[in-house]
Amino acid sequence: MKQYEKRYLYQRIVKAKLFIDNNYFNPLNLDNISGEAYFSKYHFIRLFKLLYGKTPNNYLIKVRIDHAKTILAKGHSVLETSMLVEFDSPTSFTGTFKKHVGMAPSEYRSEQEIKRTAIKANPFLFVPNCFAETHGWTKQQF
Amino acid sequence: MISKITHTCIYVLNQDSAYDFYVNKLGFKVHTDAPMGEGARWLTVTPPEQPELEITLFLVAEGAMFDKETVKTMTALIKKGTFGAAVFTCKDLLATYEELKSKGVVFKKPPAKEFYGYEALFVDDSGNWFSLTQPV
Repeated sequence: MKQYEKRYLYQRIVKAKLFIDNNYFNPLNLDNISGEAYFSKYHFIRLFKLLYGKTPNNYLIKVRIDHAKTILAKGHSVLETSMLVEFDSPTSFTGTFKKHVGMAPSEYRSEQEIKRTAIKANPFLFVPNCFAETHGWTKQQF
Repeated sequence: MISKITHTCIYVLNQDSAYDFYVNKLGFKVHTDAPMGEGARWLTVTPPEQPELEITLFLVAEGAMFDKETVKTMTALIKKGTFGAAVFTCKDLLATYEELKSKGVVFKKPPAKEFYGYEALFVDDSGNWFSLTQPV
């Protein structure tokens, strides 16, 4: 394939990938994603998988779960998070989250809350001492 | 015997802008973002598929570590593009190049074939440059 043709093809797939990245919180289906790249559904899935190692649908799920992790880490409820990342129900969200992350969303949220509290109470637990010393950060500050 | 790198540093000129560049443009994950008092901040990110390697986004600012003259010198050198900070790798360089470019990342060198694979060079928001490779 000529270099410029390959580049044009890549630009269209990347455009579709970015469409997913920027619209994961909306209802999306393969038709509007492949339409974004101006491809037939079959051709689009094949090329997308070649570049990103996942079908567009599986990639969309991954993006939604990644964003869900960020939202849960900020302290939002599981119900609220599942709605924000456009899952049909909290049940399907919990099942998919568990499959990808290895723990339930509520468990992940608690874990992150513990980390957040620990950072606030004693940030030195997260900074190697050599760096803290060179910065002149002392434990007396906290 | 040394076994692994756990932390490494990239000197940046603004931590808010570096956060946006590394997290929102490069897609890195925030590992720790801790306020250290008096405006100081410990900010580390990890490459998407390497969660055990913390990259510290180290602010070049006057304090216990750097005096005023050092800050001035380092700022000028970083802005000038003196420092090559790391080599990153990706599965598909052309796709990654197109994506980063569309997000506004500035490339010093577009993808080109080298003897070890394909390589492009980009700069961060401070001026540090990086090699982005796709091994053959």
